[in-house]
Amino acid sequence: MKHRYLPMTESDKNAMLEAIGVQSVDELFSDIPERVRFKGEYNIKPAKPETALMKELTLLAQKNADLKTHSSFLGAGVYDHYMPVIVDHVLSRSEFYTAYTPYQPEISQGELQAIFEFQTMICELTGMDVANSSMYDGGTALAEAAMLSTGQTRRKKVLVSSAVHPDSKEVVKSYAKGQYVEVIEIPHKDGVTDLEALSNMMNDEIAAVVVQYPNFFGRIEPMQELEQIVHEHKAMFVVSSNPLALGALKPPGAFGADIVAGDAQVFGIPTAFGGPHCGYFAVSSKLMRKVPGRLVGQTVDEEGRRGFVLTLQAREQHIRRDKATSNICSNQALNALAASVAMTALGKKGVKEMAAANMQKAFYARNQFKKAGFEIAFEGPSFNEFVVKLNKPVKEANVELLKKGIIGGYDLHRDYSELANHMLVAVTELRTKDEIDTFVQELGDYHA
Amino acid sequence: MHKEDQPLIFELTKPGRIGYSLPEMDIPEVDMSEMLPEEYVRVEEADLPEVSELDIMRHYTALSKRNHGVDSGFYPLGSCTMKYNPKINENVARFNGFAHVHPLQDESSVQGAMELMYDLQEHLKEITGMDEVTLQPAAGAHGEWTGLMMIRAYHEANGDTNRTKVIVPDSAHGTNPASATVAGFETVTVKSNEHGLVDLEDLKRVVGDDTAALMLTNPNTLGLFEENILEMAEIIHGAGGKLYYDGANLNAVLSKARPGDMGFDVVHLNLHKTFTGPHGGGGPGSGPVGVKADLIPYLPKPVLVKKDDVFTFDYDRPDSIGRVKPYYGNFGINVRAYTYIRTMGPDGLKAVTEYAVLNANYMMRRLSSAYDLPFDRHCKHEFVLSGKRQKKLGVRTLDIAKRLLDFGYHPPTIYFPLNVEECIMIEPTETESKETLDSFIDAMLQIVREAEENPEIVQEAPHTTVIGRLDETLAARKPVLKYVKQ
Repeated sequence: MKHRYLPMTESDKNAMLEAIGVQSVDELFSDIPERVRFKGEYNIKPAKPETALMKELTLLAQKNADLKTHSSFLGAGVYDHYMPVIVDHVLSRSEFYTAYTPYQPEISQGELQAIFEFQTMICELTGMDVANSSMYDGGTALAEAAMLSTGQTRRKKVLVSSAVHPDSKEVVKSYAKGQYVEVIEIPHKDGVTDLEALSNMMNDEIAAVVVQYPNFFGRIEPMQELEQIVHEHKAMFVVSSNPLALGALKPPGAFGADIVAGDAQVFGIPTAFGGPHCGYFAVSSKLMRKVPGRLVGQTVDEEGRRGFVLTLQAREQHIRRDKATSNICSNQALNALAASVAMTALGKKGVKEMAAANMQKAFYARNQFKKAGFEIAFEGPSFNEFVVKLNKPVKEANVELLKKGIIGGYDLHRDYSELANHMLVAVTELRTKDEIDTFVQELGDYHA
Repeated sequence: MHKEDQPLIFELTKPGRIGYSLPEMDIPEVDMSEMLPEEYVRVEEADLPEVSELDIMRHYTALSKRNHGVDSGFYPLGSCTMKYNPKINENVARFNGFAHVHPLQDESSVQGAMELMYDLQEHLKEITGMDEVTLQPAAGAHGEWTGLMMIRAYHEANGDTNRTKVIVPDSAHGTNPASATVAGFETVTVKSNEHGLVDLEDLKRVVGDDTAALMLTNPNTLGLFEENILEMAEIIHGAGGKLYYDGANLNAVLSKARPGDMGFDVVHLNLHKTFTGPHGGGGPGSGPVGVKADLIPYLPKPVLVKKDDVFTFDYDRPDSIGRVKPYYGNFGINVRAYTYIRTMGPDGLKAVTEYAVLNANYMMRRLSSAYDLPFDRHCKHEFVLSGKRQKKLGVRTLDIAKRLLDFGYHPPTIYFPLNVEECIMIEPTETESKETLDSFIDAMLQIVREAEENPEIVQEAPHTTVIGRLDETLAARKPVLKYVKQ
């Protein structure tokens, strides 16, 4: 058959068969036993020419309500943010996106240097000493952090705050099951981790305490108090953090975190129905040789020129095999590049300004809700999210809002049985005053 | 390529320059102290770059020129399936309705995305011969772990709690034993025989009532089809174990043999390999997992369900192993893979494998005159050579790989699999022309002549790259993992 991705001609094929010394391509498959041989062709949709397929998929995509044509107040771990247009121009350079893992450093200096810069920027934002080249996403990064803690402390219990993203919590539990680790939830009190409950739960069997900063409800956790309780028992202080928030908030590193993990989706990465995003993983220097995944390091060539290589590979699965403590191989390199470009574009001033803009707009929206008579659950310092109490199920409100071109907030009742009719609202720098005011107005009949 | 060092972006910084354009602040602003207690306010700014938009474009353009991708040239990296990454995939993945939808939107507003996922699952079921597929795992290794966790849950549900061992061939990818470990299993290695296939006698020796599963790639990492697959399935199933298929090498058997028909119970696929992901410099990938009917209850949740032409996510899965990833997988990569499958169709996918295998056999035959061929039989989509003849001349496989850089090629995979001395593993893929294959073969043959006549030129390679061989020992001994301002 002729296909634009398949360059071999009939005469090429015949010449090659002759060089191999066989009569037909079929002969090359003679080692597949008759009994398992698949006969014929797959029963799947027939091939479509380029233009027709583009049209079909354009129409399919249009069945979705997208964030470009709607006004979104949905966050809960994935956010609609400013994406500098240059991000996609850099990503579209196929030297980056058609490359494999940079195992041949001489022809991969571009990728390696970009990742080295990514590692540096993540360290800057989190206030940590070492960051790796990326993880799948914030949830699996957090799970790996919890597992690292159990290996490091040789303890088999992990405490996770109930104010951590519910999906991440579930992923931590799934990973923990794999390694026979027990996960216990710390209750929240008024939307932040309950310190008294935590104190009572702490003992010398606890490997790690996992919190989120800002947490799932948007609130700022009492980091200093948490750190003291955790380290008093020589457990690891594991913090999941939105790296954009750290443009304005004191970084977890400054609060004594041992591991900081999270998702860099906030920097130039589309929401993409949940992935691919970009997990990051940062640690204090004492854990450098325990980090999962790939690390890029600086070195020199024979002539003393600066260059970059994948390093400390003795930690990784392809060397350690069954002794490895993580099995991660592919990560999210291209999205780490996207995040790097966005962090570079924002830069020192922009990341601070954008973080502040999120706080300002969310603060304004929260006040508008209060003025309109809504009850705000869990009042207190927060970043770009807060919880509004409605008088009806959130799902119902969201279906109504959709008709007005608005994507409403997250239904907390899905994960917290006690939070029926509670909507988690996210307000990013992209939302205008008009959009916020309209949103509050459209929800007008829903106040409790 | 330019030999000059490309400065780090931090070294290009000049305070006062910016590269962003944030939306207007159209609301009344309040003082930070009204929103945040002082002890949480960041005092020391994160030291990110300060550069203009053109500075950024020039920087990353310079970096891209210091990088080799499939679009730059031939990339016969064994086990990685570095085929052409179609551009239509990139366009489709960027449609607003795919790139800019939120995973937690009301299901009624994302039916198009769910329909695509569902149809992709249906296509992958047919391609693998499995009964159900989840798209949740983010990459191949993640899929391996997901599959093994399901096998563990299956055994535990049957009260079979002492099945603690996973058998892995000595030629397996490193992720296989690592995934077994993080899924709570012990790894047992089964040997390969002199033909490069799993040694059935050794398999019978290691299998037992403690066997949870055998993990296998077929064709294996030597590029050889495990002819005794049905006997192996019988041995494993007879002992009560499950058979796990590592789909890294699926490009070799599309329309020729389906894992489900070979007796496999669980399959993971690397959509970034066979289904043109792309690789992205090391990710993101996508690692869907397919299972036979008896493992369906253990699939990660949520499971995508279609009823009366409406798609929903089913969270009520009491036996599920739980979530393995937030949301529903690397959707953006799944969109690309779906676009590819729909571009190729059934006849196209069949041709993919036929040309991938034809190309590999052609290269293997032509190169076997100058390099040792450890297993002399038809290969599938890839093959291994040994550089031990050249090693006697003082030229190692690493040197050959580095010399190939001077010819503008990405070298093959080297020193893997571990059971072949001075291993060179070549996977041409189906998207390369005969001219490209011939030029590469010529380069490989020239390097052999150089090794005989002028070994220094090979030993000291590369000569034309932006940088020479790097001191990896120094990098590991005194790690510098981030930029520190002088």
